[in-house]
Amino acid sequence: MTQSVVVQVGQCGNQVGWRFWDLALREHAHVNSRGVYDEALSSFFRNVEYRRSDGGACAVGGRIQHLKARAVLVDMEEGVVNEILQGPLREVFDSTQLLTDVSGSGNNWAVGHMTYGSAYREQIVDKLRKAAEQCDCLQCFFLIHSMGGGTGSGLGTRVLSLLEEEFPEVCRIVTSVYPSVEDDVIISPYNSVLAMRQLTEHADCVLPVENQSLIEIVNKITRMSDRGRLGAGTKRDCTITSWQGGLRGPEKPFDAMNNIVANLLLSLTSSARFEGCLNMDLNELAMNLVPFPRLHYLVPSLSPLYTLADVHVPSTRLDRIFSDAFSKDHQLIRADPKHSLYLACALLVRGRVQVSDLRWNIERLRPSLPFVSWNQEGWKTSLCAVPPVGHACSLLVLANNTCVKPTFMELRDRFTKLYKKKAHLHHYLHVEGVEQSLFSEAFNSLSELIEDYSRLDAVKGTPMPDPPRLSIAS
Amino acid sequence: MSVVTVQLGQCGNQVGQELFDVISSDAQVGHRGGYSGASCERFFHQTTQGELLARAVLVDMEPKVINQSLVRAGKSGRWRYDEASCFSQKQGSGNNWANGFCVHGPHHRDVVEELMRREAERCDRLAGFIPVMSVAGGTGSGVGTYVTQCLRDIYPKSFIINHLTWPYGTGEVIVQNYNSVLTLAHLYQLSDAVLVHENDTVHRICSQLLRIKHISFGDINKVIAHQLGSILQPALTADSHGAYSRNPLGELVSALACHPEYKLLSVSTIPQMPRSSIAYSTFIWPALLKHLRQMLISNAKMEEGIDWQVRPPAASERTRTLTGPGFNTSLANLLVLRGKDVFSAETGDFEDAALYTSWLSSHDAFNVWKSSVPFNKYEKSATLVSNSQALLRSLDLMVGKAWNMFASRAYIHQYVRFGISEEDFLDSFTCLEQVISSYAQLR
Repeated sequence: MTQSVVVQVGQCGNQVGWRFWDLALREHAHVNSRGVYDEALSSFFRNVEYRRSDGGACAVGGRIQHLKARAVLVDMEEGVVNEILQGPLREVFDSTQLLTDVSGSGNNWAVGHMTYGSAYREQIVDKLRKAAEQCDCLQCFFLIHSMGGGTGSGLGTRVLSLLEEEFPEVCRIVTSVYPSVEDDVIISPYNSVLAMRQLTEHADCVLPVENQSLIEIVNKITRMSDRGRLGAGTKRDCTITSWQGGLRGPEKPFDAMNNIVANLLLSLTSSARFEGCLNMDLNELAMNLVPFPRLHYLVPSLSPLYTLADVHVPSTRLDRIFSDAFSKDHQLIRADPKHSLYLACALLVRGRVQVSDLRWNIERLRPSLPFVSWNQEGWKTSLCAVPPVGHACSLLVLANNTCVKPTFMELRDRFTKLYKKKAHLHHYLHVEGVEQSLFSEAFNSLSELIEDYSRLDAVKGTPMPDPPRLSIAS
Repeated sequence: MSVVTVQLGQCGNQVGQELFDVISSDAQVGHRGGYSGASCERFFHQTTQGELLARAVLVDMEPKVINQSLVRAGKSGRWRYDEASCFSQKQGSGNNWANGFCVHGPHHRDVVEELMRREAERCDRLAGFIPVMSVAGGTGSGVGTYVTQCLRDIYPKSFIINHLTWPYGTGEVIVQNYNSVLTLAHLYQLSDAVLVHENDTVHRICSQLLRIKHISFGDINKVIAHQLGSILQPALTADSHGAYSRNPLGELVSALACHPEYKLLSVSTIPQMPRSSIAYSTFIWPALLKHLRQMLISNAKMEEGIDWQVRPPAASERTRTLTGPGFNTSLANLLVLRGKDVFSAETGDFEDAALYTSWLSSHDAFNVWKSSVPFNKYEKSATLVSNSQALLRSLDLMVGKAWNMFASRAYIHQYVRFGISEEDFLDSFTCLEQVISSYAQLR
């Protein structure tokens, strides 16, 4: 069984991470009835004898004593991390896993990437190495951050390139929260484009998530639960949007949105943690979904999202779950994959679903989904026997689809609007190590990426003749 | 003589466990004397405490499936695996053939070879090896190919028959066609014969014949195990002189795989029906054999929806290279009959020269094995192992899709980083185009 380390950087990264750890504990508590520290738990948690970090680590199979998250928490402001350490999850982290500073990055990618990146390089590498050494077999680093600010965006991508340098064999899966158009940070396009280049060059897979989509999803759920008659049948410990049953205090504004992203990570790792008849390891994700090195942006979509809020829809209608997952309302970025080109698609199913149900749904949906000519049956499937808490089954779809192109193009446009006028550029150029070429290079990298997707889109719909086969002299 | 099974990857371990289950429950039905003894000797090692340990080596790059197989086997109460014959690592092969073949295989070569040697030495007489694997993933396909290569190196004279499970055409793993092409091309040089089950076909059997509504991989694996078991359980052959054959793998290979370019074997079994219906059905050999023969020539994979219009070409047509539409030409066939009145079953129709390619006499091309012991609850059952054009279309599709993807070089960087070059891909494509061409011209 392999282990993964979660690296959460910046305010957004740490808030999402916090939800993730809360939900993960809840999920394992639900499944693990005997209090034994099993392989599933060990994938994300260590088991130590004392509350202090120097407590001896216990091997798999013993009783659960004190669980410590396999995580590194980085933030250049103390606010969020302090909250975590004062909250109910304080026992799950110890001081050696944290790296904080006081003044923040001022929403400046360069401050995060260059200034703090250099100043804290040794410490960051040290903490990462320690986390890695505590793993028997480290398979994957999960990086959680946002793109629009300074720490998550700048320092986060610096951590990413450090991960590639120090641990080249370990898979790097990045969950990036992209700012909405109405973001209140004016220079978020600069930060995002500068960070994008790093993601394109150093990440194995990126799961882009847009705040706007999350807001829309949460609003829908709230509307539906307000509409429905909430009687005795409503499951209250649904982990999709609610903190109820968890360890947190009163709910805060971004909590519901962060829950969705945390659920994304839980579903992604479920097959690696629990058993099933068709397992999928994390290294299979990149293998199957990334046909060309740069095109590793995978659009996530989760289902069910609403059904528990609407008591009239039975949550086990599998075909409904499948159809929903492909509709544009369920995508975690604002995109419509059905009208763009699929390069590859992964279906991660959790719960009591049989392979024939899965196949039937694939066959049913396939005609409406355009796939690239050389990958007409580009499906990667996995079946994990353990469903999420409160549901009979669930589906996570990760699509490598050209529908990310409009998102990137919009980002590029917002960047260009600012860059043309050299607005706010001086904030960046004042930082040591930053030259203007950094901006043009990042812009070019993004343009090249968009060009790659355009080229694929150009042949969409035109029937491609099969390349001639090798002929054998007979 | 004993057979050592090597279970590789998730599919291999799941199928293998079902196979041993079927074999052990068949062998342990009472009052079967020589049959049970022969079956146990062939597949199990008896400990001093009288426990039956499967003659199997379990290999996987991640531990969950092997652990499950060990538990399931133990639950049967009739047999179990030897924990010391298991090898697993912590991290899988990532669905990457190159990762399995170039990295994991060589890395763990010594340990795995030792396990196989140990099992082989526990046999009084070794009949050969059956590696069981899928071709779609990374471990079964990549490590499986590497392990087959090791077996060939250590035991150059032993019979090695690989059992392969081909994935659903509509994709379980995106790079499955690459993995399949690389596996088949390599195995063609290493194996004596390759016995194939296709998930699509078995799925149809489950839904249309067995009437299972929600088909799981467990159901699929049970059908595969039933078909494999009916081939591998003891039987009387032409060479075995009244006793159960001591050399089942060797006789299988010499009956069916007489030419190095033709190694693909497919399997059909009749009857297959829901357990609950068996008690209400009567079977007669002429009917069973007639259906099976038509299944063969019309390339129907099961006894429903057979196209009775397909006929072997008349003698006058055989000199031309035309065959009727949908007619499946055979190179060789092996019929295994089990059950009541088996010695009175008439199999002459299978010796019709029109069924076979012209350069092999039908006498050499057709063989029958018989056993009067009913197999797996069926009073009478017939299994046909066929070296014919039956797999040609699937193979052609698989190679076509892989070639299509290769033309755009998609995913190639994932293989190259583990040590496979584009040249290696081209070599594999060339090899399989040759196989396709050979089978297409089988007339």
